[in-house]
Amino acid sequence: MTAYEPVIGIEVHVELATESKMFCGCAVGFGAEPNTNICPTCLGLPGALPVTNRQAIEWIMAIGMALNCEVSERSVFHRKNYFYADLPKNYQVSQYDIPVCHDGFLDVTVDGETTRVGIERAHMEEDTGKSTHVGEGGRIHSAESTLLDFNRSGVPLVEIVSKPDIRSAAESRAYAQELRALVAELGVSDARLEEGSIRFDANVSIRPEGIEAFGTKVEIKNMNSFRSLERAVDYEIKRQVEVVSDGGEVVQETRHWDEEGDVTHSMRTKEGSSDYRYFTEPDLVPMVMGDVWVEEVRSTLPELPAQRLERYVEAGLDSDSASVLSAAPAKLRGVFDEAAVAGADPRAAANWLTGEVTAWLRRTETEAPDLPLAGADLAELVGIVADGVVSASAAKDVLDGMLSGEGGARQVAEARDLVQISDTKALEAAVDEVLAANPDAIETYQGGEQKVVGFLVGQVMRATQGKADPKLVNQLLREKLSG
Amino acid sequence: MPIDIDIAHVARLARLDLSDAELEQYRAQLGDILEHAARVQGLEGDPSTESEHPLGFVNVYREDEVRPSLDRDEVLAQAPESMDGYFVVPPALESE
Repeated sequence: MTAYEPVIGIEVHVELATESKMFCGCAVGFGAEPNTNICPTCLGLPGALPVTNRQAIEWIMAIGMALNCEVSERSVFHRKNYFYADLPKNYQVSQYDIPVCHDGFLDVTVDGETTRVGIERAHMEEDTGKSTHVGEGGRIHSAESTLLDFNRSGVPLVEIVSKPDIRSAAESRAYAQELRALVAELGVSDARLEEGSIRFDANVSIRPEGIEAFGTKVEIKNMNSFRSLERAVDYEIKRQVEVVSDGGEVVQETRHWDEEGDVTHSMRTKEGSSDYRYFTEPDLVPMVMGDVWVEEVRSTLPELPAQRLERYVEAGLDSDSASVLSAAPAKLRGVFDEAAVAGADPRAAANWLTGEVTAWLRRTETEAPDLPLAGADLAELVGIVADGVVSASAAKDVLDGMLSGEGGARQVAEARDLVQISDTKALEAAVDEVLAANPDAIETYQGGEQKVVGFLVGQVMRATQGKADPKLVNQLLREKLSG
Repeated sequence: MPIDIDIAHVARLARLDLSDAELEQYRAQLGDILEHAARVQGLEGDPSTESEHPLGFVNVYREDEVRPSLDRDEVLAQAPESMDGYFVVPPALESE
C-alpha cells in the first residue's frame, strides 16, 4: 500500500490588544454591550475616512521580527471585496502583494524533534463584525434572520501564514501553541483562544511519500482550541488518505470542523467566492518603514521564548526543565533569575519553581503575580538543602512556611523544628540503639545482603522523628556494621 | 481592440441582477475601459511608486487613542430593523 505524507500550512489570525481600532478611535474590548463601540468608519458609512493606528503597525512589525521575518521597506493596504453581512463596507481592508512582514520562521519541537516552520508572511487587516444566526435551533442553515454586532468590526487583526512545512497533526498543534506563546510574550494580544483573539485555519493535503509535488489542498476552519486543531488536522489527513486509497480524488474545498461530531464537513461555497478583486485602498496612504523606525521597534522587543530557552540551557538546566520554566508565568521566571543571581543552583531553583511552588499556587488558588516569594529567599532554601541543614522532604514544609509568611528558610526550619541532626555524636547514640534492637539485620548485612542498610536508615530516621541527616546516618551505619 | 470579459460572472460578483440587454451594454463599456487600462499599463515608469497611490505622501497615522463612539440608539433607529441592541438583517445564508 502507498504511504502518504501530510503537507500542512496554518493561517493564524491574531487580534491585537490596542486601545482603539485599526482605522478609527472606537474602543477595542471583548464583552462590551453590542454595537456600543461603533462609528461611521467601522460601520462603513459613506464618506467616512480611515486613518491607520500607528501602534498596530508597530506591533505587527514586532510580531514579524519575533518570527525572524523581514520587514518590508514599503507596504500598502488593499481592499478585499466580498459580500457578507458582518462586513459593512462589502470589502475588508487587508494587504495583498506587499505585506508588512515576510519570509521568517518559527522552530517547533515535538517529542524532542525540532522542525523549522517557514513563515510566508504576516499582514495587517481589520476584523469583521460578529453575526449571530437566529431561528429554529439557532442553526446556520435554518436561520430566519441574522443579528449583527459591529464592536469587533475594524479591530486590528494580524494574519500569519506559514509555509506548507508542517507534517503532522501534533506539529500543527505545537506550531499554534508556540505562536500563541510568542504573541503573549510580546504583549501585543490578549491571546485568548476562548474569546477568539487567536483563530486558526489549516490547509491540509497529502502526497505519496517521496513525491515533491503537492496534492490538492483542503482548507479547514472553525477550530477554537489547540486540541480541536490537532484533531481536525488528524481527521482530515485520515479522510484524504481514505479517499485516495479508494481510488478517489481529493476535492479542493473548505471544510468546517464539527467539534461534537469529531469530523469535518464540506461547506457549501458560493460560486466565485474566491474572486476577491483586490485593489489598492485609495483612502490609505502607503507605509514606509525605514531603518530608524524598524530599529526603534526592535529595541522594544522583550526576551523571546527561544532566546530564553537558550539562556536557561546555558545556565545548566536540561532541555525539559528549561522549556517548562520558559513557559512558566513571568513572576516565576523573575524569581528564578533573582535566585540565580543570589547564588542558587539553577537546577534546584528551577525544580522548586516548576514543582512545589507551582503546585502551591494551584492548591491555594493564588495567581502567579501574587506569589509571596523573593529570589533571595528561594536561594536560601536551595542553600540549606544543599548544605544538609534540612532534608529534601522537610524542605517542602519549609517552603510551605515561607509561603505562609513565617519568614526566611532558616527561620522557618528552626521554628518548625525541621533542622536535621548533623551532629555525629548525637546521631551515634540513635544508630547504636537501632543496631542493638536489630541483631538479625546485622547478621543479614554481614551475610552479604547490603540492602538491609536501607531498612536500618529508616529505623534511625523514625527514632529521630525524621530529623536525622540520612546521608550521615547511612555513613555511620556502614562504618559500624563493617567495624 | 476591446477586451472580452465574462460579464455575467462580474455581475454575479457584484450581486447585480441585469437583463440581457444590460449585460451586453456593460460588456461593451467595461471592455473599452479595460482596453484603456491595458494601454496605461504599457506606459514607461515605475508602477510601484509614483502611480501606486493618487496622493503623493506616505506614513499618515493616528495615535492609539480611544475617541467617543456613536450613540447606539441613534444609530439603530436609522437601521431598517433592530433588536436588543443588534442590527437585524435577512439570514446570511439561504436555507437549503
